Amino acid sequence: MRILIVSRAFLPSLVCLLLAASVAMAGERDRFAGLSGNLDIAGGTAHIPVMKEAAKRIMTANPNIRITVAGGGSGVGVQQVGEGLVAIGNTGRALTPGETEKYGLVSFPFAIDGVAVAVSPDNPVAALTRAQVRDIFAGKVRNWKELGGADAPIHLYTRDEASGTREVFWEKMLGKGEVATAANVVASNGAMKTAVAKDKDAIGYVGIGFIDKTIKAPPLDGVAPTQENAASGQYPITRKLYMNTKGKPQGLTEAFIAYILGPDGAVMSEAAGYIPIK
Amino acid sequence: MGEDGVCRNENRLVQATWLGALYGSTGLCALAVAAVFAFLLYFAAPVFWADNAGSVLSLAWRPLDGSFGILSMAAASLALAVSAMLVAMPAGIGICCFTCGLGPPMAARLVLGLVRFMTSIPTVVYGFVSVFALTPIIQAVFRGSSGFCWLTAGLTLSLLVLPTVVLLLEGPLRDAWEHTALAASALGLDASRTLLHVALPRARRSIAAAAVLGFSRAIGDTLIALMLAGNAPQLPLSPLDSIRTLTAHIALVVSTESGSRAYNSLFAAGLLLLGAATAVNLILRRLLRKTA
Repeated sequence: MRILIVSRAFLPSLVCLLLAASVAMAGERDRFAGLSGNLDIAGGTAHIPVMKEAAKRIMTANPNIRITVAGGGSGVGVQQVGEGLVAIGNTGRALTPGETEKYGLVSFPFAIDGVAVAVSPDNPVAALTRAQVRDIFAGKVRNWKELGGADAPIHLYTRDEASGTREVFWEKMLGKGEVATAANVVASNGAMKTAVAKDKDAIGYVGIGFIDKTIKAPPLDGVAPTQENAASGQYPITRKLYMNTKGKPQGLTEAFIAYILGPDGAVMSEAAGYIPIK
Repeated sequence: MGEDGVCRNENRLVQATWLGALYGSTGLCALAVAAVFAFLLYFAAPVFWADNAGSVLSLAWRPLDGSFGILSMAAASLALAVSAMLVAMPAGIGICCFTCGLGPPMAARLVLGLVRFMTSIPTVVYGFVSVFALTPIIQAVFRGSSGFCWLTAGLTLSLLVLPTVVLLLEGPLRDAWEHTALAASALGLDASRTLLHVALPRARRSIAAAAVLGFSRAIGDTLIALMLAGNAPQLPLSPLDSIRTLTAHIALVVSTESGSRAYNSLFAAGLLLLGAATAVNLILRRLLRKTA
């Protein structure tokens, strides 16, 4: 489980930027006036870039507030917020009725994320169809040669049972189809990126926000998995990113959620590669 | 005389207090172990008696289709631990022979120091280094393997258990060597023959004990399997297969919806692991009793 603690030490460089924006954002920052204390966040790994950026900005402007951001996957988010270990538990999927009922959780969707198939940038395969992706993950197509690539066996990578990314990929991309048992299992979006980036015969899937030049996301049925295409509905493998609290949020937690749902949060979600929910 | 009696009474009181404290703490420990067993049994039992009974004790782990079998994970745990011992035991015995008389004293001290240092390396460091150093090699050598497989995890795991084997075997082997070296050389045996035919056979129970303890460490390790073995829930049929151990399985699945059937099946996995640890412990006690 990856834990990222955003410390105040390496942030001064951001101060100038924030000062410049402070006139426009005065209303946003006022939310935290007079608030202090700790806010712990854990769960979905797709959320981390947005949460980290928000934590940075808030802590820079308000030295009395300390925010920690941890990963762990959607399942961890539900468990930890439900058991009262963190104030906000992130999930990359809607809560099940059982989870909502058991813990009394309240959900706040703030962005839409697409899930895209990822391969190594060295892989010559330039495009895939959904039918091909299904066959690959079911273990029916086992060699890149059959897809117009090199003569090399396909290395499958999938996510663990706690992953919201896995759930949306399985439901919307694979149509609840089979995933071969021989597939390697990794525990986060970051680990998936590392695994695919260093294995030229690999195929896996990540949240669109995680795509950069270390991995390649081939177009699916002719549609590039980009933020714009996900927003317009052309690229269909999408899900919402949620923050969840136990009961109605109060104090610092409420301010943080309002900040993420506000204009600043929208900018940060967009910068992380997601489509903010208005 | 009166003072003597007081003194004796005080002694008795102190003794009784100590004894009480010892019994108390021993009892507490025993209770804690019993509680762990009881806890696991309590939570695992409903899984074994669930509607499609016995599904936990099957090979298929497909939670989306309602199969929650953990036997392939149990097989993977066993295969990984055994293979790690197959590498670590010969290497460990070799190192002990070197440090107990075959090698030059300076080099022997250096090797032992290195092995002691190895015990202090955190498991996650082995795993992390292997991800970037060993998996690309395996991937390049064996086309078709992603590098995250039984072989990679087994090799790394053998490095982890090596110090356990060496440190457990070194003392007894040195004793055996020192007791027999003079007589053996009087009979005209050279150092290597003395070790092979006299000292090693004398230390065979210690060899077995080192193997058993190393094995229990190997089967209980989580991070190396989780980071390197690939975690695919299937039977270990080839060293290049991606496999999932019971420990890695618990670590991966523990964060699903709590109370779901996938989650509950973890208690069965925990019970299997605890059972294995107990069995290993009993074997070890038997071995050590015979030595004494």
